[in-house]
Amino acid sequence: MRTDLAVIGAGPAGLAAALAASARGVRVTLLDAATQPGGQFYRQPGAGLGAARPEALHHGWRTWERLRDGLAASAVRVLTDHHVWCVERTPDGFTVHALLGPEQEEPVEVHARAVLLATGGYEQVLPFPGWTLPGVVSAGGAQAMLKGGLVVPGRRAVVAGTGPLLLPVATGLAAAGVEVAALVESTAPLRLARQAPALAGKLAEGVGHAAGLLRHRVPVLTRHTVVRAHGEDRLTGVTVAALDADGHVRPGTERHLPCDTLAAGHGMLPHTDLAESLGCRLDGLAVDVDTEQRTDVPGVWAAGEATGIGGAALSLAEGHIAGCSATAHLHGTARGPAPAALKARTALRRSAAALDSAYALPAYWSEQLTDDTVVCRCEEVTAGSVREALDLGAGDERTVKLLTRAGMGWCQGRMCSTAVAGLAGCAPTPAKRPFARPVPLGVLARHHPQEGLS
Amino acid sequence: MSESLTCDVVVVGAGVVGAATALYTARAGLDTVVVDRGPVAGGTTGAGEGNLLVSDKEPGPELELALLSARLWAALAREGLGEAVEYEAKGGVVVAGTDRALAGLEKLAAEQRAAGVEAAPVPPDRLTDLEPYLTPGLAGGMHYPQDAQVMPALAAAHLLRASKAGVLTGREVTEVLRGPDGAVRGVRTGRGDLYAPAVVNAAGTWGGEVAARAGVSLPVLPRRGFVLVTEPLPPRIRHKVYAADYVADVASDSAALQTSPVVEGTPAGPVLIGASRERVGFDRSLSLPAVRALAAGATGLFPFLAGVRAMRTYAGFRPYLPDHLPAIGPDPRVPGLFHACGHEGAGIGLATGTGRLIAQALTGHTPDLDLGPFRPDRFTRFTEEAV
Repeated sequence: MRTDLAVIGAGPAGLAAALAASARGVRVTLLDAATQPGGQFYRQPGAGLGAARPEALHHGWRTWERLRDGLAASAVRVLTDHHVWCVERTPDGFTVHALLGPEQEEPVEVHARAVLLATGGYEQVLPFPGWTLPGVVSAGGAQAMLKGGLVVPGRRAVVAGTGPLLLPVATGLAAAGVEVAALVESTAPLRLARQAPALAGKLAEGVGHAAGLLRHRVPVLTRHTVVRAHGEDRLTGVTVAALDADGHVRPGTERHLPCDTLAAGHGMLPHTDLAESLGCRLDGLAVDVDTEQRTDVPGVWAAGEATGIGGAALSLAEGHIAGCSATAHLHGTARGPAPAALKARTALRRSAAALDSAYALPAYWSEQLTDDTVVCRCEEVTAGSVREALDLGAGDERTVKLLTRAGMGWCQGRMCSTAVAGLAGCAPTPAKRPFARPVPLGVLARHHPQEGLS
Repeated sequence: MSESLTCDVVVVGAGVVGAATALYTARAGLDTVVVDRGPVAGGTTGAGEGNLLVSDKEPGPELELALLSARLWAALAREGLGEAVEYEAKGGVVVAGTDRALAGLEKLAAEQRAAGVEAAPVPPDRLTDLEPYLTPGLAGGMHYPQDAQVMPALAAAHLLRASKAGVLTGREVTEVLRGPDGAVRGVRTGRGDLYAPAVVNAAGTWGGEVAARAGVSLPVLPRRGFVLVTEPLPPRIRHKVYAADYVADVASDSAALQTSPVVEGTPAGPVLIGASRERVGFDRSLSLPAVRALAAGATGLFPFLAGVRAMRTYAGFRPYLPDHLPAIGPDPRVPGLFHACGHEGAGIGLATGTGRLIAQALTGHTPDLDLGPFRPDRFTRFTEEAV
């Protein structure tokens, strides 16, 4: 099938981009792996669940309604359940290669003149002793359970780690009837206070969450960390401890908190696989874009978390700007982006940068990893094996991977890359994943896959 | 911080060839230091499949080196390194799809047998005894029990550790230092000089650059190959299995893309699928045509693989010299300079023999093999002036 603009990812950035371009007359195809648009942020309960008030779990519900209705009224072709594994450059544009879900065995190709990557981000969870016990979930996973399944993961929970996601997860769990034993945040409140001017726009949201914590009497432990999760077959509790000013655990401050659920999260990372294999330049771990959200590969735009973690509002602004720029490229000329989007992007990028520096990972987190702590869950590589590889001459992530298989499994290092880099004492580097997801050899072997349904 | 070190021999390159060279020079009593601009196994070694093959070589100096190397790998495995480097004496199975290809395979095998290779013909109805999941309808095959496999990065790291040589990673050699008489006296790195009367160029695909830093030319060029890696599977593929056309591709001079499937299981579970060959410089970007051809070849040999997922693919750059033979031994143009590079796609397998030959040459012993065919200056038509 052919299209002018293929937008990959139907979260806030992809939706805003698709609507902006479509409203300006571009033939847009929007692809997403999920069964309905919305992405992680506007994750919807399954239709069969009969949720009466899904908006209770969401911020910006009205924005979502506007996007949803706009999409329904638009000419955008929406391809859900399309798992994109590669975008290929061709002489006359691009071919988006996808697998039809949920089995992901049937190939589909979308030929596009331009591509807009709104691939979003994914949650980072750093390892700690006991983190593989059943009952330990990621903070984002807990939130997804609430938003998408309307189920609560347990009865008594601890929410721990660092980052702005922990607040809504704690209040969301509490509102759903879970007793939240503590919100454990490794950042010191002072660090956030220092960034207050840049966070002005986020203040209302923060105040809302803080009020929620008060209302549900959630104890907040700042500059604390989980040092170990306990349990035989499943989680029974966690040990938390205070951190000193440098980020070391303060001896003697350990205390035990009984719980059956631990929601842990340490911020988010951008999804850059498709951009990387297209040859787009990266800036650190994010896709590098110019003021129009263009990558350095002609015909490829990127917006939202893929270009740097900044939240849904920033993603909407970037998506809109990217959609307008792609239109101008495809049509020669087009109505520019809404001035409000440009203004919002500037302000929101500033607060994203402030949050990023406020919620830095604790400096010595890897000290807490005992040698038997599993670091790479796919290949069951322990911290001890990684340390052994360092002793064998590995000084970087790639060599650790070669010597231990850490990062070679199903998730291709998405989960363990930061942890491995941390143990190796180097900065995480963007991984090269030519296949954004596993692809059957039979699909690869088929030189002329059938055209997708139109 | 700058510092100076003195030793007997500096090995440039911490890939598997450098590691094996360090092992044998250190065992010969030479104080050895290995230096690399990257980490251990950071170049082609880290992208290799770990083939220790005699089956794919035509009779001649490379096959002799492969047989020597195979004996040395087996000896190292017996010494206790086997498990650490995931050594598997699994054997190879070469299959032919047509009677014509089978005739070619049988002719090659007869010549190889005369050179000391074990090669047992396998009639078509017995192929599934060796490989139960092979596609039906093949014309026949050949079983090569001497073919083996190691995990290349682990091999380099553990050979280096066993050598007890000094290892300096993250240090680029910017110049090979030479005295007034033109003889080598060490190397200059970004962080200090290393003084030694002998320098071994084991820089693999970048061996031409290191040679140039000693003032001589060595035409090592990259030949790109992709490897496809599947999801982990229970053991289903027991040998190294490849099609008879592979040998022709290895020996080919064409720059265009060639693929012939080489399929093997690994102790960790994933199946590795090689081997594409194309001369495109150091371009690492994904080539879908290359990996599609690999997938088609592999599923042609093992139909069950069609339903198995490829997890990843990566490119590596084989270091090749125009006559497809490595450069091994002293460089007559620069006293004290030795080369051990240009092994194309066979460096893991040929590393041990190469290391042993270099150690013998360095200590004045008669090498196990005639170094004549591997002479590093064989591409020089005209005598180069010493710099």
